[in-house]
Amino acid sequence: MTLMERMAMTDQPLLRVEGLTKRYGQRIGCAEVSFDLYPGEVLGIVGESGSGKSTLLSCLAGHQRADLGRIVYDGRDVLAMPETERRRLSRTDWAYVHQNPRDGLRMGVSAGGNVGERLMAVGARHYGEIRGKAADWLARVEIAADRIDDRPSAFSGGMQQRLQIARNLVTGPRLVFMDEPTGGLDVSVQARLLDLLRGLVRDLGLSVIIVTHDLAVVRLLAHRLMVMKSGRVVEQGLTDQVLDDPQHAYTQLLVSSVLQV
Amino acid sequence: MTEQLDAGAYNFAYLDEQTKRMIRRAILKAIAVPGYQVPFASREMPMPYGWGTGGVQVTAACLVPEDRLKVIDQGADDTTNAVSIRRFFQRTAGVATTEATAEATVIQTRHRIPETPLKAGQILVYQVPIPEPLRFLEPRETETRKMHALEEYGLMHVKLYEDIARHGQIATSYAYPVRVEGRYVMDPSPIPKFDNPKLGNNPAIQLFGAGREQRIYALPPWSRVESLDFDDHPFRPSKAPHRCDLCGAGHSYLDEVITDDAGGRMFVCSDTDFCAGRRARGHRGRLAAEASAPPPHPSPTRGEGGAPSDGLAQGGAALASPPPRGEGLGAGGAGPEGTA
Amino acid sequence: MIRIENLSKSFTLHNQGGAVIPVMAGAALTVGPGECVGLTGPSGAGKSTLMRMVHGNYLAAGGSIRVGELDVATAEPRQIIALRRQVLGHVSQFLRVVPRVPTLEVVAEPLLALGTDAEEARERAAALLRRLNIPERLWPLSPTTFSGGEQQRVNIARGFVHAYPALLLDEPTASLDAANREVVLNLIEEAKARGAAILGIFHDEAARARVCDRLVDVTGFTPKAAA
Repeated sequence: MTLMERMAMTDQPLLRVEGLTKRYGQRIGCAEVSFDLYPGEVLGIVGESGSGKSTLLSCLAGHQRADLGRIVYDGRDVLAMPETERRRLSRTDWAYVHQNPRDGLRMGVSAGGNVGERLMAVGARHYGEIRGKAADWLARVEIAADRIDDRPSAFSGGMQQRLQIARNLVTGPRLVFMDEPTGGLDVSVQARLLDLLRGLVRDLGLSVIIVTHDLAVVRLLAHRLMVMKSGRVVEQGLTDQVLDDPQHAYTQLLVSSVLQV
Repeated sequence: MTEQLDAGAYNFAYLDEQTKRMIRRAILKAIAVPGYQVPFASREMPMPYGWGTGGVQVTAACLVPEDRLKVIDQGADDTTNAVSIRRFFQRTAGVATTEATAEATVIQTRHRIPETPLKAGQILVYQVPIPEPLRFLEPRETETRKMHALEEYGLMHVKLYEDIARHGQIATSYAYPVRVEGRYVMDPSPIPKFDNPKLGNNPAIQLFGAGREQRIYALPPWSRVESLDFDDHPFRPSKAPHRCDLCGAGHSYLDEVITDDAGGRMFVCSDTDFCAGRRARGHRGRLAAEASAPPPHPSPTRGEGGAPSDGLAQGGAALASPPPRGEGLGAGGAGPEGTA
Repeated sequence: MIRIENLSKSFTLHNQGGAVIPVMAGAALTVGPGECVGLTGPSGAGKSTLMRMVHGNYLAAGGSIRVGELDVATAEPRQIIALRRQVLGHVSQFLRVVPRVPTLEVVAEPLLALGTDAEEARERAAALLRRLNIPERLWPLSPTTFSGGEQQRVNIARGFVHAYPALLLDEPTASLDAANREVVLNLIEEAKARGAAILGIFHDEAARARVCDRLVDVTGFTPKAAA
């Protein structure tokens, strides 16, 4: 087998999206979105409010059903899967980090229980091991070990977000959806979270789709960038190329509208 | 209106025949799918929700004129709730009644399984306040139904995990969740977890009725029932580490009864029929002499004994548990802790 | 190693009436292994634009840019990402890092991205920082707080921490004192000696004279016919 052949074999996209379309009546949520996402790649989706980026993310993650198009994950057609399988996927191979940690955490359950839930959902039945893994993950997201039995309501916003990330990553997912993960956080907390995410992406080889309106965040986190407007992808490419040499009128406007610091 | 209601004024067992058919269909479905909560059109009954309207409807649908009915409330035949339900069926169905577990064909119960082993042919009807075991962590009915359908039961263990994290052990001492036939997770109603082992492999039919929540579920005879636990924190049925002070039984579930305001207390079987039967056969406990013959079941004046009734109120299932403990029934077995 | 042929570039300013500004046409050059080529020409002649195009930061309008076996002008984003990770190093004039990340980690990151053992990556980063005279007490701090010269040296360390076969250097000796300038020039000479192909912009004429094997004046790539 030549090197090229081997590359062609191992280098399959993890996620392939073809012509994904979601309408709300006459209104377009997102239309004809296509892209490939490879293992270890971080794809940023930017656009203003109402551009369809959140609709796209929720269709991809299976929170909403797309009207048209295909989503192929690891060779399997996600939209054709039975719900059992899709939900299992979203508990194991996939993760979803909500903008508001309250949407992604169980606020009435301790930090350890929050992290352990996905383990128990896939059949872990040894308390000591579950707790050990939870403690390990709290450490990885820089939450002190003695907070393991505290409820997230006693945590700061940044800690809650890190807890949500730990809760999502404990089952070793390969694909992570993130909806404005740094929104609503103080700038210094944002930086810490970005650093954490970059390290996790690199060390775990995660593929990430991150929706944000913060161009600074995508520049630091995303390898590739997709720009959306009115439900459609108007431009996509290498993140720094799209930001530094935007081709589409809307992207040029978007980039030039950012305040420089 | 006469003091003694004319049974003929009501249809047999109060409910009309169409309603009973509807309930029987639900029961049959519940038996066919063990542990699955079958919705049914719960009727208004001449008693408030929380006083056993679900159980009463199930009992009404099961009764035939030849039946002999026993009604217990936390093991006792002589408490308000038990007495009033028993009289309700005496009047509306004219069936025979009994306090002897072995002689009954239908037993309606609140929060206990009788100590005397049940036999094939008997039906045990539970009153259920909240049938949904997942409700603790998931308030949305649409979601809990989906979780049952897809067997997503990780949440149940989150509840147990929280118990251990907070108390060092699984502190849930009543309404302890079980998995039926390896499929549905089920709330066994607020029976003490001491009774959980009796749920499985039982020759009797066990039916669960939740009136306000409009659900019926069932365990057919000889069902496989497992109490949820962790490998390193296995399920342990527990009771107060005492013997019954009246009959001396060391293996029955006990109520703690405060006897004076100087710290005096006694432990007695919560199952009054079981206790009386033992004493009739000559068994004697520590305080049996004081409880003069014929031995009345003690009537404590306070009910702060702890679980299951009071524990229930704290546990969030209070809605379904107005205190029908009547004059005298000591509420509780020993508290959840300190038991073995 | 780097072969540019008939490269052209224009900017379309959609928000200014769709004005099309051609900035480069017919650009061609090659850089062989172990060779250092310096770009010259007045400011605005397109030196940086050319560098950015080689890096994949600017899209080419036409022509080809071969770096190794990859044509950057037509490559998929992920191919360019792989190229940057393994083959093509870049020292820009600007340091763009996540705030709060310690300097040592910033320098070690290109190695970590390649899968180098974390311990070894940090050792190599430390060795470079030491050589570039960044005091050890600054290593745990984020370079965003550093002076211009310090930031520049952190950038250089990042660009040299992995033995890239090709390197783009944008004013690597600007704002450095004599001692550090000497260190950087040594680094460049060592890279050439191990066979790296280097394309750079050097305003420092002495440095240019010392490390560059050839110079290419980008003025020749300016589009002739303007409407």
